[in-house]
Amino acid sequence: MPSQAQILPGMLDLLILKAVSLGPLHGYGVLLRIEQISQGALLIEQGALYPALFRLVRQGLLKASWGTSDNNRRAKFYELTSAGRKRLREEADGWNRLAAAIASALNTRAEEV
Amino acid sequence: MSLRSSLRSSLSSIFNPLRVENDTDEELRAHVENRADDLERSGLTRAEAERRARIEFGAHEKFREECREANGAHFLHALSQDFRFGLRMLRKSPGFTAVALLTIAIGIGANSAVFSVVNSVLLKPLHYPKPEDLVALHQVAPGAAGLADFENGLLLSPSMYFTYAEQNRTFESLGVWTTDISNVTGLAEPEQVRAVVVSDGVLQSLSVAPQLGRWLMATDQTPRGPQRVMLSYGYWQRRFGGDRGVVGRNIMVDSQSAEVVGVTPKGFRFVDTDFDLVEALQFDRTKLILAGFGFHGIARLKAGTTIAQANADVARMVPIWMNSWSNGPGTDPHVYEKWRITPMLRPLKQEVTGNMSEVLWVVMGTIGLVMLIACANVTNLLLVRVEARQQELAVRTALGAGWRRIVSGLLVESLMLGVMGGVLGVAVAHNGVRFLVAAGPANLPRLSEISVDGRTLGFTLLLSVVSSLLFGLIPALKYARPRTSLVLGSVGRTISTSRERHRARNVLVVAQVAMALVLLVSAGLMIRTFQALRTVDPGFADARHLQLMRIGIPDSLIHETQRVMRIQNDILDKLEAVPGVKSAAFGSEMPMEGFDSEWDTVFVEGKAYQKGEIPPLHFYKHMSPGFLATAGTRIISGRDFTWDDVYGLRPVVMVSENLAREGWGTPENAIGKRLKEDLGLPWREVIGVVQDVPERALQEKPPAIIYWPPMVENLFGGGPAQPTRVATFVVRSERAGTEGLLREMRQAVWSVNASLPLAAVRTMQEVYDKSMARTSFTLVMLGIAGAMALLLGLIGIYGVISYTVSQRQREIGIRLAVGAQREDVLQMVLSQGTKMALVGVAIGIGVALALARLMTGLLFGVTAHDPVTFAAVAALLVSVALLACYIPARRATRVDPMVALRYE
Repeated sequence: MPSQAQILPGMLDLLILKAVSLGPLHGYGVLLRIEQISQGALLIEQGALYPALFRLVRQGLLKASWGTSDNNRRAKFYELTSAGRKRLREEADGWNRLAAAIASALNTRAEEV
Repeated sequence: MSLRSSLRSSLSSIFNPLRVENDTDEELRAHVENRADDLERSGLTRAEAERRARIEFGAHEKFREECREANGAHFLHALSQDFRFGLRMLRKSPGFTAVALLTIAIGIGANSAVFSVVNSVLLKPLHYPKPEDLVALHQVAPGAAGLADFENGLLLSPSMYFTYAEQNRTFESLGVWTTDISNVTGLAEPEQVRAVVVSDGVLQSLSVAPQLGRWLMATDQTPRGPQRVMLSYGYWQRRFGGDRGVVGRNIMVDSQSAEVVGVTPKGFRFVDTDFDLVEALQFDRTKLILAGFGFHGIARLKAGTTIAQANADVARMVPIWMNSWSNGPGTDPHVYEKWRITPMLRPLKQEVTGNMSEVLWVVMGTIGLVMLIACANVTNLLLVRVEARQQELAVRTALGAGWRRIVSGLLVESLMLGVMGGVLGVAVAHNGVRFLVAAGPANLPRLSEISVDGRTLGFTLLLSVVSSLLFGLIPALKYARPRTSLVLGSVGRTISTSRERHRARNVLVVAQVAMALVLLVSAGLMIRTFQALRTVDPGFADARHLQLMRIGIPDSLIHETQRVMRIQNDILDKLEAVPGVKSAAFGSEMPMEGFDSEWDTVFVEGKAYQKGEIPPLHFYKHMSPGFLATAGTRIISGRDFTWDDVYGLRPVVMVSENLAREGWGTPENAIGKRLKEDLGLPWREVIGVVQDVPERALQEKPPAIIYWPPMVENLFGGGPAQPTRVATFVVRSERAGTEGLLREMRQAVWSVNASLPLAAVRTMQEVYDKSMARTSFTLVMLGIAGAMALLLGLIGIYGVISYTVSQRQREIGIRLAVGAQREDVLQMVLSQGTKMALVGVAIGIGVALALARLMTGLLFGVTAHDPVTFAAVAALLVSVALLACYIPARRATRVDPMVALRYE
């Protein structure tokens, strides 16, 4: 098992939006999808997922509807709203800028100063 | 978009919290099962997979709570949880709940009942359109000696009415009215009915539409013109069965034919007078003089006019009135300048509620204090309970409950107590109102309007919520703060009580004692007032055996004065022949009967009067020989009238003791002296002096009174005149008040003249009780409030002391073990209670001294700071406090040191 990193506060929302943007998912699916796209590097507390999902629905970034999962269980599926898509873009840009800045800062060598 | 969907999700969770809750549960469950499926596929057994899935998921409850918060349903959920929890806690301790509920229900019920009376009598507007524009034309005349006694100030004379009605600039309409008793004959038995007699302008001012027909108008006022009347709704129903054809019919009123022109609407009361007939005043303008101040004025202000402007307007018209009329040739109209006639218009509502408003506010205030005391008791109960629950609260705090949440939980619990108490209180109030209406003075204004209405219910709800906060906040704030360590640490053994823990309760008990003292002092002052009134010599004896009735002989039935006198004399003879009747007599009225009094000027022989000066006005009465003896009124000096005096038209008169002392020094000196009513008249000789009689009310100083024979010589000579046509007949008999006597008396009267109706049939005792009604009502109400306060105070002190004793068992046990005597323990506990009582009494005396002045108007024969009352009440409270402490103190002395130390 690869070493896992605890995610930062606020990042869970971004990851959920990203996971859902790839196609409608139910709660457990979101969890699996995040594990999959992060190659198992990120650890998410399972129960903490749901308050975050509800919060995003409440903010109008996700919409939820009841459907049937692959194993014939009734499940609630989440998908992005247009507001959610817009938010995902902004947050992803923000994150990329921040990550790039941090990375370039950390890669700086003494002679470059 | 985001806002809308967020609103939608909040709304759906508010309106359908259960569905949201189930959805969440189902979703979380599905997650766990999905996870278990995956684990099972990786080779675990199903049971092991499910167990692992649940563990991985983490604290299920915590996430559910977070989900709720995320859904926006948190607040309501918390509230409903508090509510259910509170209900469970209340059900778990039925004793506490019952006592608290009962206390609150009685307190709230009593307050709501009194409020509904205050609301109906004082707060609700009168039942006329735009009642705020209606005024009573009240005026005073400080310069008119003898008039100061007039409760009604200076009434209006007919000439004043004409001047005011025609010259004013501030009134929409204005009129005068008075009450009268009329005889209606020809329908069934002859009947005396209550009439209001009105001028043009009165009904216009009240501006209510008639039920049927039309109102009386200016054209009905033509002197010697056709008589027209209106019927009251009640009389119309009672006598005519509600027949709509009654308009246009003629009935016999005072032996004259009168046409019925209309019916007044249902529930219509004239100011505050019930009546059967409305008659029209028919003033003859050509014969009017300045005097004749006998009519109540009523007016409607022009829109936007203030009472001050109207007062100024009337003040402007007083000189016009003096210049427009006279009192006859040779008189000076400007003598009235000395009277300093001053208009003091009052809102009509004030006229209606009269002197009851003071009583009602005092009662409202005292009952409000009772509520505070009740709240203090409930607070104490809650404090004890919260103390017992400290461990539970500490555990909840330790498990992460915020103190806000704990405060709200405790508050919801007291709110439930308050609201449930309020609901019970409505039932108490409903019965309380019935009691108040029954116990209230019969002349309580607007009695028929009193009911528990929407405003009363609103008041009850408000009171419930406010009192819940009052008794809920102190325990909630005091114990909700996180003090985990202290409480968890002391779970095992009860620590000895600290001062700090008892301070709140002790303060409450002190406040209770102080408030109870205030209430008991006010009740005590009323008792003293009542006692003082009972010792006032009312001017009659053995009221229970005096039967009264009013008989009027109208001019239209019998015109000649001599014949009226003969008929009255015959009635007396017949009445005296009734078995069991000791004596019978008649006079203008008995004391406190409340008919409009008559006043006249009196000149005393030998005194110098300036030309045109008006001597003091004096109250006068006519009476037959034997009237004083029958009533039990003492003759101080001289003799009573005789029938020879009456029929011989002898110029004789009797006076009251205070008048005799004022005029001639002593009662004996007055005999043989002379006085007269007007300068042109012959002198009349004083033959007797009568004891002072408080004519109007026991509280009032007895007025100076002139007593005339029932028939006197005409003012300007030439035979008898001015018979007393309407008089109260008084019969002294052991059988007074019995149906048999009344039947025989009626027969006796009708054997003289079958057209004579009887009215106001009652015993003197009833008249006396009625005059005491205001005082006895206040006494009963304050007595009830005082008794409740005393009882609640007793319970409060007892509760606190016995709780303290039970908390201090260990300490007391230690004291006894190391050699303290049982007397020491007894004394220790007693002194704690006494100390609180004494502090409470001291504070209470200070407050009572300040507040008692508010009820000065209700007191008689005792000052608001009566030391006897204060001392007695203080002693009573301290001894009650001692009693309340004694029982728990005795229990403390019986503590067995061994048991106490082994305890827990």
